[in-house]
Amino acid sequence: MAFRPQTLYEKIWAAHVVERRDDGTCLIYIDRHLVHEVTSPQAFEGLRANGRRVRRPELTLAVPDHNLPTTPRLDAQGRPIPIADPESAQQLDALRRNTAEFGIDYIDATAAEQGIVHVVGPELGFTLPGTTLVCGDSHTSTHGALGALAFGIGTSEVEHVLATQTLLLSPSRTMEVRVDGTLGFGVSPKDVILAIMGRVGAAGGTGHVFEYTGEVVRAMSVEGRMTLANMSIEGGARAGLVAPDDTTFAYLKGRPMAPAGEAWDRAVAWWRTLATDPGARYDKSVRLDASEIAPALTWGTSPEDVVPITGTVPEPDSFADPAKRAAARASLTYMGLAPGTAMQDVPIQHVFIGSCTNSRIEDLRAAAAVANGRRVADGVHAMVVPGSGLVKRQAEAEGLDRIFAAAGFDWREPGCSMCLAMNPDKVPAGERCASTSNRNFVGRQGPGARTHLLSPAMAAAAAVTGRLADVRDLMGDRQ
Amino acid sequence: MQPVTRVSGTAYPWGAKNIDTDVIIPAHWLKTITRAGLGRGAFETVRAQPGNVFDDPRYAGSPILIAGDNFGCGSSREHAAWALADMGIRAVIAPSFSDIFSGNAFKNGIVPVVLPQDAVDRLLAVAEAQPIVVDLETMTVTTPFQDRFAFELDPFRRRCLMEGLDEIGMTLAEDTAISNFEAAVRDHRPWIENRSGYASIAVEGAGRT
Ligand code: SF4
Repeated sequence: MAFRPQTLYEKIWAAHVVERRDDGTCLIYIDRHLVHEVTSPQAFEGLRANGRRVRRPELTLAVPDHNLPTTPRLDAQGRPIPIADPESAQQLDALRRNTAEFGIDYIDATAAEQGIVHVVGPELGFTLPGTTLVCGDSHTSTHGALGALAFGIGTSEVEHVLATQTLLLSPSRTMEVRVDGTLGFGVSPKDVILAIMGRVGAAGGTGHVFEYTGEVVRAMSVEGRMTLANMSIEGGARAGLVAPDDTTFAYLKGRPMAPAGEAWDRAVAWWRTLATDPGARYDKSVRLDASEIAPALTWGTSPEDVVPITGTVPEPDSFADPAKRAAARASLTYMGLAPGTAMQDVPIQHVFIGSCTNSRIEDLRAAAAVANGRRVADGVHAMVVPGSGLVKRQAEAEGLDRIFAAAGFDWREPGCSMCLAMNPDKVPAGERCASTSNRNFVGRQGPGARTHLLSPAMAAAAAVTGRLADVRDLMGDRQ
Repeated sequence: MQPVTRVSGTAYPWGAKNIDTDVIIPAHWLKTITRAGLGRGAFETVRAQPGNVFDDPRYAGSPILIAGDNFGCGSSREHAAWALADMGIRAVIAPSFSDIFSGNAFKNGIVPVVLPQDAVDRLLAVAEAQPIVVDLETMTVTTPFQDRFAFELDPFRRRCLMEGLDEIGMTLAEDTAISNFEAAVRDHRPWIENRSGYASIAVEGAGRT
């Protein structure tokens, strides 16, 4: 057969086809499955109701994250502190019982390895290049940073994967998202993905899988790539991929669940063949130049509502599309912002540094560098929630917790926290939050909460100035 | 799953764009461990506003919802589909759907009907006063005014909807193919199965030693 150049996506897909149907849908084998407390109880209930077992329990890993309070989990005697909210407690309890009943590995809330499922997977080496990885959570796209075809699924699909270790899927189209050049001073991976969202739009990637390419992506750390891949879903793409390279292998080597010894060498040899072949075709392409990307943030209630920090709140009438004009007007009412206001003049009351987008060690270092020697402004509550217990431990070993504490930030236990306000961490109605998370939807951080998405360094800058601020101004005086 | 071949009746003429799953069912409703009863939380933030379409008595109990582009974007929560089903919605018509939502809709007997924006605009106008019909037999949406809009569905999903098939049961029947695939994985990518490092991690491997 003649050699046909293939994309990274096509190669991973082809390696996982169990069966192809006439209409093009395929039964796809799933190598890795992550489970958390919110989207799994009904799946286990379905298994029980039908007398089904879990086909390959060792390919699944469970960890609670969404519901957990971020207050201390153990008392002075080292005993677990009960969770006050009875519904959360019941869901966490259900995860513990279900994983025990079906023989699935479970990381308890009190374990050092507990954390946000998308932080835990890569950090333990559970996530590997060239695998198919799913989780009942849309930000499963995060794992694509390591070259895994990773996407979120609904609870019926969770049940399907548990019972069969497969999913019935139609192939997606591919879209290259290329960022060339070199990032400017003070520009972080979060700014890159926000710029991409502004360009592609919230529905621009629907039906597609993104592949992030270009010099900026190649030069980026694996953690930075995770910030990109994480928000693929905000652009409508179910998954986002980065081709595995030496950066990826260096990140993974020695992680507890990663292959070791001869298996490692064999794996790396295969992973090296996965990169998109020269001449392979994507269905769509978008290209950004790094020189156009500035520290950025959102002004509205869709992740496509992006503006550079030096910009102003847009005039709804400036949008060509009538539906977008109406949406912008509604957004600005909800956000309590007037068109033409300089973003830097907008005061904030809350800062949230955390979530599966930006809660890894590099994120905390970037925020701590800005917080160091400064004070959280009066009237601002600033919260730092590490993505996992291992991130927290590393940050504490580096003294970042003390920098944050000295600056008046609240240093918490790991979990999803204020990203989706399922646990007690909420932004009160009408108040404004500078947040490193990924969704600025209406009510996302609590009913009536107003969210501006931005990078960890920008969030720290907002905390210490009490308003949305250009982090470059704060970094400048350090040079 | 209940088979669906035809959904007819009044429709909520909403038309809003980029409706995310946090709007369909806010996160605080996600603490349940069952599928039932989520209709009460559906569109909670929308319903808090006076004059909203969901509390308009003309549309009470409508089996159809007409929405704008990118319906169901955001999280993967199947609770969004459960909430719609619990409200009695069996079909959603929009110019586009998020991939995950549309998968969840199918699995819960809700038909995600994709039609071009101008057809959706026309249906929004009709639905103000008249019922509409979504027919899976003919693959059309029709109105009492002779409007007839053809739509497409993946043939497999269409069959699952029309026959109320259990997808897991169907896949389990492919057990041999799956086992053969697993044997090949053991040869070609042995590291997939031999996950190392259990000992160093505080996981409770309940079923295994
Ligand atoms: S941190 Fe936020 S986006 Fe990430 S998994 Fe948790 S709730 Fe979802």
